[in-house]
Amino acid sequence: MIATDAPHWTLDKPSDRALFGKSLLINRPRQELFDAWQVERFPAFMENVIAIEPQAKDVSRWTVRAPAGRHVVLINRITRVVPGEAIYWQSEDASDIANSGEVRFRDAPNGRGTYVSLILAYAPPAGALGRWGAKLLQREPEVQARRDLHRFKQLMETGEVTSNASPSARSSERPTQPHI
Amino acid sequence: MRAVTWQGRHKISVETVPDPEIVNPRDAILRVTSTAICGSDLHLYDGYIPGMRAGDIVGHEFMGEVVDVGSGSSLKKGQRVVIPFTISCGQCFFCEKQQFSACDNANPAETRDASELLMGHAMGSAFGYAHLTGGYAGGQAEYVRVPYSDIGPVIIPDDLADEDVLFLSDILPTGWQAAINADIEPGDTVAIWGCGPVGLFTIQSARLLGADRVIAIDHFPARLALAKSLGAEILDYRQVNVREALDEMTGGIGPDACIDCVGMESHGFTLDNILDQVKAQFYSVTDRPHALRQAILACRKGGRVSIPGVYGGFADKFPLGQLMEKGLTVKSGQTHVQRYTGELLDMIRDGKFDMTSLVSHHAPLEDAAAMYRHWHDDQDDYTKIILKPGLEKTIVQNAHAMADA
Ligand SMILES: NC(=O)c1ccc[n+]([C@@H]2O[C@H](COP(=O)([O-])OP(=O)(O)OC[C@H]3O[C@@H](n4cnc5c(N)ncnc54)[C@H](O)[C@@H]3O)[C@@H](O)[C@H]2O)c1
Ligand SMILES: [Zn+2]
Ligand SMILES: [Zn+2]
Repeated sequence: MIATDAPHWTLDKPSDRALFGKSLLINRPRQELFDAWQVERFPAFMENVIAIEPQAKDVSRWTVRAPAGRHVVLINRITRVVPGEAIYWQSEDASDIANSGEVRFRDAPNGRGTYVSLILAYAPPAGALGRWGAKLLQREPEVQARRDLHRFKQLMETGEVTSNASPSARSSERPTQPHI
Repeated sequence: MRAVTWQGRHKISVETVPDPEIVNPRDAILRVTSTAICGSDLHLYDGYIPGMRAGDIVGHEFMGEVVDVGSGSSLKKGQRVVIPFTISCGQCFFCEKQQFSACDNANPAETRDASELLMGHAMGSAFGYAHLTGGYAGGQAEYVRVPYSDIGPVIIPDDLADEDVLFLSDILPTGWQAAINADIEPGDTVAIWGCGPVGLFTIQSARLLGADRVIAIDHFPARLALAKSLGAEILDYRQVNVREALDEMTGGIGPDACIDCVGMESHGFTLDNILDQVKAQFYSVTDRPHALRQAILACRKGGRVSIPGVYGGFADKFPLGQLMEKGLTVKSGQTHVQRYTGELLDMIRDGKFDMTSLVSHHAPLEDAAAMYRHWHDDQDDYTKIILKPGLEKTIVQNAHAMADA
């Protein structure tokens, strides 16, 4: 029994599987956010997701951008849904990257909106895929997941995904593209 | 279009760049009619703000005419507006609390990461102020893209000139918030370090908020003269021991509130400041808080310290024990501009503020490089510079000389 109230994903991580969790306060009602967390809407705020196609009930095929112009394919199955509160998923064997995760929605105190937590676990792929997959996996899924969650918040709170697209004197940039 | 760009430390150039475009529904595009250079731009110029990239368009104090709007903007083409320097969504937790400069959406997902690492939490956003605060192009340009244009812009009636309202973009609300943060009570003596544009509006605000006495500190005669004309008693720190003078002026207790309108590039040849400068050269500390140290030491027991001056990171020899043992209250922050613009516009209309006597120069946008150099090197003559995209090159107008003629 661990004497702590810290979320499990912030505790020391014993396994080789990378574990990542990020929580954000989103100033919208819990049910509205839960309802908006639909696989079809992910490409609007998940930057590296090129396409998500339904395959079977609760199973979807994700095409995700990877370094060096390559793609990875994830086959994910929704394993459990707690209405208004949480969605859990787990990858199938055919997935390029083994991963599992959950998204949780909890009321924030006193009408502040909702705490949304995205928790991801993934295992580096083996073999040839592993060489560049590892590079992808070291930081990228965490960074991407964190940024995607922020974009979800922007979209839900402001109706837009924030962009700093504006001119500069750098000839490689265009005023409609964000500068990073 | 033509735009003022940062190219490196002490390198400003006016370049031809693409025009901005509407990107998101709530955007508007402005044709800039007036834009000012700020003390905060000096920190960029001197290379103290991390996250600048060569080619960035600078400028965060500007106003102009709406020339294009997205489907979600509440503005109309042809309207004259002043734009708050802070970019704020209006709908996050912080914006709803009116802590607009802390907006949690305006800093894009990609640029907020670095600032989170540096500050503990991601910074808000501003125009023309480095990639840590969003990486948005600034308004020292012919045109500028304004995100969330249904929230920030202040619509200006035709009978008010640009010069009457331009400073609603930053330095007037910054001075106002600095004075509000000093929690001024009747009978108070308020001491203000720095008689730059921010200090000068803080002096006016402190008096309007009921301070009995305002004492202003600087070393440039012209800036001290402006402070005096606005009703402050003045101290030239080259002539006196500032703390001794403040004690003697307040029966030994010290000022009730102390306001640091200097920021990270404090001047002066005191021992602590020289050590700070040597370290800052090697970037081992980012800040030279001489004025702030002095403000904390000078403040009366149980008094208040307000810090509108900008700091970027860690400071050496911060008088922490003095802060604690004297029981001081400290308030600080980038200005929540959108919170104050409505009441301040009304106060401008009622003639409560002197908006123009601090302006020393009007210059064409094309002369920006020279103007930045003067703003940096000749602070006594150049007390506030307004750039006009419309003016022809090198028709620099010295406002004081014109007034004398
Ligand atoms: N909080 C905000 O949102 C906000 C907004 C605008 C500006 N600022 C900051 O406010 C500060 C002042 O801005 P400004 O435009 O007036 O700048 P400025 O550089 O024109 O003025 C600073 C003044 O401080 C004086 N000074 C320097 N060292 C001093 C010392 N040791 N004691 C007393 N005076 C000293 C200088 O002589 C100068 O007149 C800057 O740090 C700027 O970045 C903050
Ligand atoms: Zn400014
Ligand atoms: Zn906001």
